[in-house]
Parts: sequence; structure tokens; C-alpha cells
Amino acid sequence: MIEVRDVYFTYPSGVEALKGVSLTIKDGEFVSIMGENGAGKTTLVKHFNGLLKPTKGTVLVNGIDTKKVSVATLARKVGFVFQNPDHQLFSETVEDEVAFALRNFGFSEDVIKRRVEWALNLLGLSQYRKTSPFMLSGGERKRVALASVLAWDPEILILDEPTIGQDYLQKETLRQFIMQLREQGKTIIIVTHDVEFVAECNPRVILMRDGRIIADGEAKKVLTDSETLSKASIIPPQITQVFFQLPELNVNSGIIDIYEARSVLIKVLRKGIKN
Amino acid sequence: MPIIETKNLTYTYPSATKPSIKNVTIKIEKGEFVLVTGPSGCGKTTLCRCFNGLIPHFYQGKLEGEITVAGLRVPDHPTYELAKHVGMVFQNPENQLFALSVEKDVAFGLENLGIPREEIRKRVDWALKLTGIYHLKERAPHELSGGQQQRVAIASVIAMQPEVIVLDEPTSFLDPLGAQKIFEVIYELNRQLGLTVVLVEHRLDLTAKYANHLIVMNNGEVVLDGDPRKILEYEEPQLMGVGIPKVTRLYKLLKADGIKLGSLLPLSPKELADEIRSVLKRDD
Amino acid sequence: MSFFDGLKFRKISSPIHNLDPRVKFIYACVIFVVAIIFWELIPLIGLFLIQIPLVQIARVRKEWARSMRGAAILALIIFFTNLIFSFLGAGSTFRISFLEYALAMMLRFLVLVEAFSIFFLTTSPDHLGLALEQSRVPYEFCFAFTTAIRFVPVLAGEAQTIIDAQKARGLELEKGSFFKRVRNYIPILIPLIVSAIRRSLELAEAMESRAWGAVKKRTNLYELKFKAGDYILGAVALSILAISIYVRLCLKVPTIEELLAFLISKI
Repeated sequence: MIEVRDVYFTYPSGVEALKGVSLTIKDGEFVSIMGENGAGKTTLVKHFNGLLKPTKGTVLVNGIDTKKVSVATLARKVGFVFQNPDHQLFSETVEDEVAFALRNFGFSEDVIKRRVEWALNLLGLSQYRKTSPFMLSGGERKRVALASVLAWDPEILILDEPTIGQDYLQKETLRQFIMQLREQGKTIIIVTHDVEFVAECNPRVILMRDGRIIADGEAKKVLTDSETLSKASIIPPQITQVFFQLPELNVNSGIIDIYEARSVLIKVLRKGIKN
Repeated sequence: MPIIETKNLTYTYPSATKPSIKNVTIKIEKGEFVLVTGPSGCGKTTLCRCFNGLIPHFYQGKLEGEITVAGLRVPDHPTYELAKHVGMVFQNPENQLFALSVEKDVAFGLENLGIPREEIRKRVDWALKLTGIYHLKERAPHELSGGQQQRVAIASVIAMQPEVIVLDEPTSFLDPLGAQKIFEVIYELNRQLGLTVVLVEHRLDLTAKYANHLIVMNNGEVVLDGDPRKILEYEEPQLMGVGIPKVTRLYKLLKADGIKLGSLLPLSPKELADEIRSVLKRDD
Repeated sequence: MSFFDGLKFRKISSPIHNLDPRVKFIYACVIFVVAIIFWELIPLIGLFLIQIPLVQIARVRKEWARSMRGAAILALIIFFTNLIFSFLGAGSTFRISFLEYALAMMLRFLVLVEAFSIFFLTTSPDHLGLALEQSRVPYEFCFAFTTAIRFVPVLAGEAQTIIDAQKARGLELEKGSFFKRVRNYIPILIPLIVSAIRRSLELAEAMESRAWGAVKKRTNLYELKFKAGDYILGAVALSILAISIYVRLCLKVPTIEELLAFLISKI
């Protein structure tokens, strides 16, 4: 569980990135943090594994104050996959890359071997075991970065902009993968401004603007609230926009899913035909 | 005469064993808004690099087949000459801005061409106004937001007054609103100046509505080429992993359910809403 | 870092900012030379004070004060080493003139910092590049210079992200013996180098696409031209130099001790 209590954060440059943020993320939740660039999304999640410590307020991870423990200790529980895999890949082989964190955490060599095996299998990277990560394609490098974090099986997984530059199939694979992790009871936090992706996943959405949380709730509710969305500079999902364009239908908004939209529209249109 | 024309274009990077694009034959007419899409690694970027001669001049490697841009055979003309006809905007705004002020960056290409100072000044101001960043002209590019930076990159290309502008996923680092603004700027340039636009994008939901020519690539080959509304009607793009707009998919679902929507394939929420509305009106 | 902050350019406009960087550089060099040819306290005090109005006009007082504060520790070290060495050199006896000499050496250093910090605080790197260009330095070199300055903050930000990414994978930089600690930086350095290479390739591509190298003699949007202010500062600098040389060669510069003795005798 992550508890954020009235957290303020100011960067050494003087930029105040968080201005009083409070929230609780329970075990097993799937949360998407959204907002425009510079709203404080990444700053907030960097507090979850102690990379940043609040200037004021407290962050508790499983009841432990992040100010009192090292990043390495917190990282055991909270895995953080950065946006750009090139910011972390450095090993000669994919295998070593995935083992890096496990060695840092002091696992024994036979455990490391087993875990690396497991993580490479999970992400379909087994054939690249001995390949240099630098020889792989962009999508594959992203998967290596993910494997290198999943390898130590953290309870909480943070993904920063996982869909940037990804094509439709890669996003679909990622979505299914996230769902799979959820079934294992993992807490998943994604930072993103990909509305369509969020609409497909339907997580809890936390909307940020200018260092504050301005909305927090089900994706269906938050992503269909046009006023709040425009404050956060987020464009609603396409499906929702169709209903915004058709106020005369009197369909209660709250539709982000294409199949739900289909059944609602069929009802409305068939009724129209009968009249 | 098409502004860009290729015939059986095949290219292999220097250290690669197999070609990145194979037998590409396309025609792009003056004034078109062309959208190039396809799954990651399908050769979109490689194709774009051929348009201004980065391939073969900068990347070397093996280029076969024919490619003519603005009447110039690409292999015969250096990149700096082609740059006068084809402007390139890349994915990462950070790595295509060099100067310490916006106007200096916009002037960069013109300075390289040795154009007289007064003329540079005029064209820089013109390009800055056209892209809506005139008020930022003395700011340092690296202090601007990603969206503003990308507009600087567009202005710096427009200032060279090319006939074609090629943009390779110009908004993948931007937030949705910043991205939308970029697409609108590009669309305006296409409409007002008749500038030919070649836009490489995964996200058709944001861009399909602007395009009047769609090229879908897969495994280095052009698999579909033509009117976006016709192409997106087929099932192949989706099977290939092209993310077709949600509204287009919804339209298809409704049609399959027997709803008598119009025959124009919608590419934006507004277009679909209009068609639904006309069904309702028809029934009244 | 405060010392470097004092040298960091901030974009504002003032009569000093608008001066030709070449003239400002000559001015800073003149101050440098004059500070070197005098070892007496009185002219150095003068040199220090005559620059303060420039700081005022340029409206960089805060930044200037910061760079002076940054230089203070080094200045104190210079002061005490000079004092101690004179003291030991004279067989552990103390004279007032030692104090004066040590103060003068400290002030000489401060005058240098002052002159060059005014130069860097009021000269944009763009302008500096331009000055180099117009001084017939090859354009490739000037371009490399401004681009390097442009990318310093970008690379610094990137290094921080990489450090964060590796710390999130349990890397502890401060752990272990000296050699272990050096090794700890490998996971930081490799991604940093790889991404710098990738970045430079992308930059090269973007430069090519914008007609890099099209003509031998490229134009520059900006042009440096000497204006009235530049002539004035140039004249001031040269006068200071001339007067100083004259004073040095033909007159005897009194020490404070002598000056005080002289004044007292007059009373």
C-alpha cells in the first residue's frame, strides 16, 4: 500500500512540482496517473520508490516512511520502469542486464539463474539471452527493461509512459501483460497521457494539473468529465467525443468502451427506427 | 508530374543483411497530405530518409531502383541541395535544435545556404508567424515545452520554403493537446501554402482526418496505398497491427449490426456523430 | 556550484549586454594585465572599485555577488598563504607591509574574477560564438562551441535520469571500497555514452537536412558592428592600460603605510 500525505516537493532549481498531494493506492490496484507534461506525474511516482523525498509531508510504502530508508530497500518492493530503455541498458548480454538488479539485491547465483530464466520467458526474450541489448529493436529493448525489473518480482510496478512510440500491436501486448500481472495481485501504476490506452484498460484514473490532483476515480467517470479533462489538457477518448457531439441522444455519458458504445447506440438507433 | 516518385525502390543499410525497404513504388502529388503508417520496424522512417537524400548520401548502403523528388534524381544530388525542396522534422525535438535562440535556429538552414541577411530576417519572421511562435523568437529553444520546440523545428524547415515537408512521428514525445496543436499547424500549412505533407504516424485516431492519401507499410513493403477512407474500410490494416481510429471501428461494428449509416467512412468523432444524427433525422 | 553560477549567463538586456563581446573581452584582458603589473594595494583597490558601476549598469549585481562569494574561500586561502610565507620568509617576524602585500594578492585575484565574471555574465554564448566567427575562427569550431554549451543542461538532465533508473534497480553508488565505487559508475556511464552517440547521430542527420555545408561562405543572421558604446569602452580600456603602464614605469606607487605616513606628516 502506498500512502501519500499532503506532499509538497520543490526541485533544487526552485520549481515547485508538487503542491499538496494526498492519495492512497491499495494493494492490487491498477492506477493510471494522467496530466499534461510538467503536471508533476513523474515527480509524484518518483516519491513511491524514494528517488525523491518530499520537501513537506510524508510518503508511506507498506507503512514505511520513505524518508527513513534507502532507494535500494524500497526498490525491492517497488519496481520502476523508466520511459526510455536506453537510460538503463548497459550490459553485454540481455541475460546480464536482467540479472543486474538481482545481483544488487544480493540474491544467490542459483536464484538469479532461475529468476532470469523466468523473466526472459515471461517477455518472450529467451532467444536473445546471449545477445547484446544494443542490437535489439526499440520494442525489444523496452521489453528487456521491463524484464530487468520484473525479475525481482516487486509487489508494486510503476511504468512511466509505457506506450510512447509503441505501435498498436505492441500496446495490445502490453495491455494483456498488465492484465496478467493484475491477476497475480500486483499493484500497477502507469504514468501516461495515452487516453485511448487508458480507455481500453479502464483503471482508476488520477488526473494531475500543476502539481495537484484534480480528479481521482474510475476511468469511466474521469475520462468522460469534459470540464475536468480540459483543465488537465487531456483530450477525451474518441468514443466519448462521439457522445459529446450528440447531446440530443440524452445518453448518460460515462462511455469509453467501444463495445458499450455499440450496444447503447444500437438501442437508440433501433428505437429511432421503430418510431 | 508527381512531386515524389519512386519505382521499385529497395534499400539495404550498410551493415544489414536484408533490405529495410523492398520494391517501393509510390507517387505523391503536389499539395497532398500523405500519411505513412505501419507497425514498428516496417520501414517508414527508412523511406522518409530517401526523400531528402539522407539515404544514400548520409547513410551510405545500397540503394536500388528509381527515386525522383521535385524533378531531381535523389542519388545525383547532395542532401543540402535536396534540403531546399524537402524539409525534415524528426521525432525528438531536442536533437534537431542547435542554437541558443529560437530565431537563430529558424535561420540555421538559410544561413547554411548563404542567403543574404535581410532575406533571412524576412523569411525567419514569416515562418515564426506562420507557426504561431513569433513571440518566442528570442527565447532559448531548450527552455520551451516539447510542443513549442517541435513548432520551432517546423518553422526552421518552413523558412527554407521547401515544396515538401516530411515529419517522422513528430509528436510521440508530446502530450495530446500539444500533439493536436502540431497537427493543426501542419494541416494549415498544407491548406494555406499548398505544401505537400508526408506525415509518419502510428496514431491514426489523431491524424487520419487530415490525410487525403494513406500509405500502409509492412515488412519494408508498401501494402496499401490510396484514399484513407477506402483503405481503412478493409480489414487488413487492423490485422497487420495498424491502429485504426476507434470511431472508424465503431462505424464498422454498427454497420455490421445492420444500422444504415452513410457510406462515407468516418475518421473523426464529429464525422461519426454527423452520420448517427442523419440516421436519427431520417427516421423522424 | 555557486562560483560557476556566477559565470552563468542570464538573458537580460542592458547597455553592457549589448556591447560587442570582443570589446568586452579586450576590456577584461586589460584589467587582467593591469592587475598583474601592480602588486601594491592602492591601484588594486582602484581597479576593483572602477568596475562596480559596470555591474550596476548591467543589472547583474546578484549574480556578481554570488560569484564573488564563491571566490571568497579561494581569496582567503591566497591571503593566508601569502601572509604565512612572508612571515616565515622573514624569519618569523611580522611587519605591517606583509599584511598589505597579502591583501593586495588577494585583491588581485578578486579583480580578475570580477572582470571575467562581468564578461561571462553579460555575454550570451550565441554572441560569443559570433564574436569568434567574426574573428575568423573557422565556423565548425564556433558551431561546436555553441552546441556544446547548448547541450550541457540536456546532458546533465539525462545523467540524472540514468542515475535514477539504475538506483531504481538497486544500484548503490556510495557502497563499497574505493574501487567498487568507481565500478559502480559503469552502469551510469555506458548508457550516457551510448545515448550521447545516438544523440550526435540524430543531430548530424538534422544538420544535413538543413543544408549544412551547402556553401563555403555562410551568412549569419546576426552581425556584430562596433557602436558608440563599444568605442567608449575600448577607449576606456586602452586609457587604463596606458596610464597604468606610465605609472608603473615612471612613478613610484606608494604603499598604504607610506601614504598614511605622508598624510600624517602633512597634518
